[in-house]
Amino acid sequence: MTEMKTIDLVKARLTTALNPTHLEILDQSREHAGHRAADGAAHFSITVVSLQFVGLTLVQRHRLVYNALGDLMNTAIHALSIQAQTPE
Amino acid sequence: MDILEKIKQQVENHSIVIYMKGTPKFPQCGYSGRAVKALQDCGVEFTAVNVLTDREVYENLPRYANWPTFPQIYVKGELIGGCDITLELHQKGELKPMLEQAVNQTKES
Repeated sequence: MTEMKTIDLVKARLTTALNPTHLEILDQSREHAGHRAADGAAHFSITVVSLQFVGLTLVQRHRLVYNALGDLMNTAIHALSIQAQTPE
Repeated sequence: MDILEKIKQQVENHSIVIYMKGTPKFPQCGYSGRAVKALQDCGVEFTAVNVLTDREVYENLPRYANWPTFPQIYVKGELIGGCDITLELHQKGELKPMLEQAVNQTKES
């Protein structure tokens, strides 16, 4: 049995919840290695483009992303940088 | 007092509040550091709460705001965002007028 990597879980959850036209996830955990609060959890930088963001404020868009990730935010993910955009 | 009520009063009684890890002088996290720097760049007075020394706030603010991470920046009681949104507003030149307006309104009332 192979354990699903956090980055794959993030990708799967965002794809299901937001049906993005573009999704880019960068794993920046290495850059933060040694960060004493991190406890081995991951840092990601996410760029997500979705029609679901149309008409929403930035706060509302980020909440959709956080809600899609759910419990991962309290466990596997230590920090997240989000760019939430609408298709041009 | 209920902790959620305490947070509500805190964000409503101060025009600008940042909940951060560490202090403006000694931020304990890169995201908190960048967000507080953006507020300082705007040249307005703001209130900073160090969530690392207030366990109750640290544990309950995410559910108050439906927002799982720190820092959190509030203007006139409303969450305007975390680090990414604050920096984005700052880059667009929208942060400073928003903060100045909040401070001036508080002075008038």
